[in-house]
Amino acid sequence: MDTVTSFDLHTTPLRAVNAALHQRDLSGEFVIEHPAGAHNVAVGLNAPVKLTIEGHVGYYAAGMNQQAEITINGNAGTGVAENMMSGTVWVKGNASQSAGATAHGGLLVVEGNAAARCGISMKGVDIVVGGDVGHMSAFMAQAGRLVIRGDAGEALGDSIYEARLYVRGDVASLGADCIAKEMRDEHHQELEHLLKAAGFDGDDTSAYTRYGSARNLYHFHVDNASSY
Amino acid sequence: MNQDDRARLGLRESATFDRQTIAAIQRAADTGVYDIRGWGAKRPLPHFDDLLFLGASMSRYPLEGYRERCGTDVVLGDRHARHPLHLDIPVTIAGMSFGALSGPAKEALGRGASEVGTSTTTGDGGMTPEERGQSKYLVYQYLPSRYGMNPDDLRKADAIEIVLGQGAKPGGGGMLLGQKISERVAGMRTLPEGIDQRSACRHPDWTGPDDLTIKINELREITDWEKPIYVKVGATRTYYDVKLAVHAGADVVVVDGMQGGTAATQEVFIEHVGIPTLAAVPQAVQALAELGVHRKVQLIVSGGIRTGADVAKALALGADAVAIGTAALIALGDNHPRYAADYEKLGSAAGFFDDFQDGADPAGISTQDPELAARLDPVEGGRRLANYLRVLTMEAQTIARACGKAHVLHLEPEDLVAVTIEAAAMARVPLAGTSWIPGV
Amino acid sequence: MCGIVGLHLRTPELYPRLGELLTAMLCEMGDRGSDSAGVAVYGDPAWSPPGRGCVSVLEVDPTAADLGLDVTITRVDETYLLTAEASSEEILDAVKAAYPHALIAGFGSDMAVLKGVGHPRVLTDAWGLVNAQGWQGVGHTRMATESAVTPAGCHPYAVGPEQCMVHNGSFANHATIRRELCAAGVQFDSENDTEVGARFIAQQLAAGRDVEASLKELCATFDGFYTLLVSNRDSFAVVRDAIACKPAVIAETDDWVAMGSEYRALAGLPGVDNAKIWEPEPEVIYAWTR
Repeated sequence: MDTVTSFDLHTTPLRAVNAALHQRDLSGEFVIEHPAGAHNVAVGLNAPVKLTIEGHVGYYAAGMNQQAEITINGNAGTGVAENMMSGTVWVKGNASQSAGATAHGGLLVVEGNAAARCGISMKGVDIVVGGDVGHMSAFMAQAGRLVIRGDAGEALGDSIYEARLYVRGDVASLGADCIAKEMRDEHHQELEHLLKAAGFDGDDTSAYTRYGSARNLYHFHVDNASSY
Repeated sequence: MNQDDRARLGLRESATFDRQTIAAIQRAADTGVYDIRGWGAKRPLPHFDDLLFLGASMSRYPLEGYRERCGTDVVLGDRHARHPLHLDIPVTIAGMSFGALSGPAKEALGRGASEVGTSTTTGDGGMTPEERGQSKYLVYQYLPSRYGMNPDDLRKADAIEIVLGQGAKPGGGGMLLGQKISERVAGMRTLPEGIDQRSACRHPDWTGPDDLTIKINELREITDWEKPIYVKVGATRTYYDVKLAVHAGADVVVVDGMQGGTAATQEVFIEHVGIPTLAAVPQAVQALAELGVHRKVQLIVSGGIRTGADVAKALALGADAVAIGTAALIALGDNHPRYAADYEKLGSAAGFFDDFQDGADPAGISTQDPELAARLDPVEGGRRLANYLRVLTMEAQTIARACGKAHVLHLEPEDLVAVTIEAAAMARVPLAGTSWIPGV
Repeated sequence: MCGIVGLHLRTPELYPRLGELLTAMLCEMGDRGSDSAGVAVYGDPAWSPPGRGCVSVLEVDPTAADLGLDVTITRVDETYLLTAEASSEEILDAVKAAYPHALIAGFGSDMAVLKGVGHPRVLTDAWGLVNAQGWQGVGHTRMATESAVTPAGCHPYAVGPEQCMVHNGSFANHATIRRELCAAGVQFDSENDTEVGARFIAQQLAAGRDVEASLKELCATFDGFYTLLVSNRDSFAVVRDAIACKPAVIAETDDWVAMGSEYRALAGLPGVDNAKIWEPEPEVIYAWTR
């Protein structure tokens, strides 16, 4: 039986909590209480453990996560799961700017809304947002998948490379080189799989539009001058 | 037709629309794209050459070479980190990416630096096993693009350098053209092979020193407070930048002047944005001194460091160490006369070649072409770099001993005078033969 | 760079706690800047008694005799609060005449502004802010970017009667706008970029535009990354620039509306666990009126 170890940020310094979570061969289940918007909670984990954070966190929660399954029972500040490599980060509330920024792998779920720059510079992570995302989401998104069940703000996918975006709601505007693309069978399957992994079974994948790169900006050319 | 012929014919070149300017305008009209090149600012600028040391005299006595010690070691990053860097010499290798440089070049830099007990720095493309394997001390850059960034490499690094900008293009992001995005480079950067890389100029998850404070703490927490955190800026509003970097928590500040090199940047950016290294150093030192952290938060200066005299002058002005980029590549063989014929085939010449962006470097340094890269033997290159670093160190020691100093870091601004008014004003040292410092 | 906070209370039951809540919010943001801090408090009966004009000044040692008015002078650390049975404009004119070099931190009939150099924890202690009462408070902690650390560099900047502004971020083209304002006769206290924004707003308001129109004009004119909070005799407004890189969080309950640079600043507010929490969209002006 796995023990559940609890940390209270009211009484224990963050540095001690993070250090404990960095112990070699860490195993088991963990809870962090009273984060009260603290920054850098549970950053740099590298173990297949379960961690629940009871409350709202500040910036960079679960930053550079590897292997851990982290649940945030609250809202997350800027850069939640930034540069995650593997594992899952699950935000029950809303996420602030740059959610999942530059992440290479794993799954980030935001049940509520994510703000501006969701998935900025993403490099392979899967992100599923239950609600809306703000402007400049998927900016320079290189690889990975971003699913948005709500609306997207201005300039979605500006300068996008090879990431795939699926949006169910309205897109305020598309960014440079981002276009709507055909949804083939493999895309429906991919989307269904992602929605299921994020606990959103039952969505009709035909209600989604796929967006991706037009690949016109892959080589510097005078005709694209207005996009630069 | 030579100069005499032209003079006889009464031909006169315009200083404003000279031949180089004419060629640049015609190139723009031909292509519709800005000119991209490597190297830093090429135009003449007030620089360390305009400063001179006041050697031994009736009132100041020199130290003997060899027997009388002149130390060169430096500790970087002892403000907060559990493992600061102890370097044997105050010259480090600046950040240059694998991608911009070939694999053998990065390996050579690691070999050479390790041989003399100093550090190398990764660049805008991530950490290669070769460089980590060869470098005794490796500084891992943290850039806006975050290409290849990952916590495993972060933990393998000896220090972390958060890059806001570089001297060649303060405010510009990384650039790598398709011909250099090989399969390996593309894989490391998570980009499609052969495309022209577009890079962000701002970090994706923080802007401003108030948010940088939080980011620095994140990186410390991830690495359990082991490693020094450097903050690198291109020289612009250096006085304020250094103060803000210190407030944000930097252990080391790196200031790169406009002579600092690049592998690929727009010509206008290189030549017209950023300030000379000479003008930046005293600003940085003043900022540190006013905050009471001079020598506690260390200052590394780069941008046109070429000789031991430059090293000594930077230290005398208050730097703790310098970094070399362009000079290191020249030591490896960049622009060597042995490739004269190759340079000519490319429309260039030995001593003028700056087309790092094209990836066709005959010296095998700024290329991803395997045949060209094979021309650079990393062991030989490492030896050459180590030789050059030793010369830099010995030159600096020679100068320091002549000024009576038992350690190169004991050099001070009062050991210097300037030979031009501009240099005197920028470096804040007196014009030679006078006690006048313009502006002070 | 900085931290900003704002609290607008909707229920009178909370008015006695304004100072306590504002102090916690401000001190929590101390990590974002600890060079200096400033607060504007609306409705404290001791600092800005009802029915009396109030002017907050620094850098002088005022006396009633010099001012030629029946003023009550209350010293709160480095700030002097001058109140009288007169409009705040009248008191302001008297101050300017008697002390041309005084730093006017704020003026208005229901508002006191306190500023100081030092860590917010030290300053709020010196001010006794924790005991202040009222219906609205705005605060700022500063990490100086391009100008000096002096009281003149502190926010909030008073843009007009009962109006003030705090700012997180930096403008990029304020030097030119400053010259234009100077040419139009506007006087500046500092070299601070925020002050240019504040004086610009004041000029817009003086020309008859409302707060929303003035902020729209600012967004159209100024380059930079900024979150602004502008407070007034009966309202406060929040806006971010189009790129919106500087942080901002807004929380709202039936009892209060609050804004902070980080959620941490709001974490101690009563009922925050059930508050509606969101981030302002770029170039959208959010305003709450009493």
